[in-house]
Amino acid sequence: MAQPITLVVNGEEYPLVVDAHRSLLRALREDVGLTGPKEGCDDSECGACLVLVDGLPTNACSYLAVQADGSPITTVEGLGDGDRLSELQEAFLRRGGVQCGFCTPGMLVSATALLRAQQHPDVATIRTALAGNLCRCTGYEGIVAAVAEVAGTGT
Amino acid sequence: MTGAVLGPTATYVQAATLDEAVAALAAGARPIAGGTDLVVGARHGKAPLPAALVGIHRLPELGHLDTGPDGLRIGATVTHATLVAHPAVLAGWTGLADACAIIGSVATRARGTIGGNVMNASPAMDTGAPLLCLGAVAVLRGPGGERRLPVEELWTGPGTVSAAPDELLVALELPPVPQGPAPTSAGSAYVRLQYRRQMEIAVVGAAAAVRVSDGVVTSARIAITALAPTVRRVPAAEAALVGGRPDEGVLAEAARLAADAALPISDVRASAAYRRAMAEVVVHRAVRTALTRALGGVVPVPASATTFGS
Repeated sequence: MAQPITLVVNGEEYPLVVDAHRSLLRALREDVGLTGPKEGCDDSECGACLVLVDGLPTNACSYLAVQADGSPITTVEGLGDGDRLSELQEAFLRRGGVQCGFCTPGMLVSATALLRAQQHPDVATIRTALAGNLCRCTGYEGIVAAVAEVAGTGT
Repeated sequence: MTGAVLGPTATYVQAATLDEAVAALAAGARPIAGGTDLVVGARHGKAPLPAALVGIHRLPELGHLDTGPDGLRIGATVTHATLVAHPAVLAGWTGLADACAIIGSVATRARGTIGGNVMNASPAMDTGAPLLCLGAVAVLRGPGGERRLPVEELWTGPGTVSAAPDELLVALELPPVPQGPAPTSAGSAYVRLQYRRQMEIAVVGAAAAVRVSDGVVTSARIAITALAPTVRRVPAAEAALVGGRPDEGVLAEAARLAADAALPISDVRASAAYRRAMAEVVVHRAVRTALTRALGGVVPVPASATTFGS
């Protein structure tokens, strides 16, 4: 049955009518029109769909849109400020943390959640925090270096 | 692929009160909180998403984590991340913290709830063995009221529980763990064999909870994970530990008895023979870690990271 909900994404309200089983990822990509969160595995293994819901890192593929009704949601589109990238996004570019870019939105959201929870995580903590985000291009080194640079714990 | 799990007649209600949630269950709805097992399971074709769902993730009554003279009470929707960040859980119910610290990924732990882990009833569930060893009791609420059930009577097989479909798990209650004074003390641990440290499911696992007085083990509980149709205690191994000083011979005997009680299967993660061989190793490590903690030694949470690899 189609149900009315309001998704609050990056500070904007989106009134939607969705099926009760529709994933948050589908609703964000196809109903809201924000294609930053990606469908990689659709199985909570790869983290490409990662968004913040109520500030918590959430695999949007495995969360129902109806469950997020009214909750503040942050996608990769909400990390920067208008035309300016966030400090973390700039560091990803500087450090070669982006190649094909498919994992990047999820990586950025996971790393943003980490840096909000801890000011100066060490490299081991960064690797643990990103363990649910798979990357097939970079070998992770540039990604971890970028996060460590912003955390002030890198080289 | 996603289309296969989408039901055109699916309904969802957001419960505003616990009574509303229980009423929805009585009317045939299934509860959803973190969705980390339910939605992923539907993707895998394990079971379609229930046509009628009731969201319980915003019920304040289910989200509390309280400690006091009666022990620890964990609301059903308390997340693994909340449990492992709680100082009293780390200090007193350390084996449970060991488990919560290694479930899935950061996102799984931020969203996944202990109630979901318990009611999903996987034989490989990480929280099950420590909950058994720490004497957890499930608080179930149905149309007729609440009842309390020791978790060992809850799990009946892979993915099955003895709770009725109209009963909602509202909390888990764990009795207090004596915190000294020396010479009596207690310790617990959960250790799993894992091929990687994150995004992993237990190949085999074991938990132990011990009490020691003047160097003698006065009580011991040992439970095994991914080694039988449910997580289960191994009484013969427990008996081998109690009443004596826990020297290397006693530990080895307890581990051997626990492995003897295992009924492992072969699947994608390991063969039955490998599981049985590793059962002895993992039980030994769990018991040794619990004893070390009981005697004042520090083994950081999660114990699996310390006792396996660098």
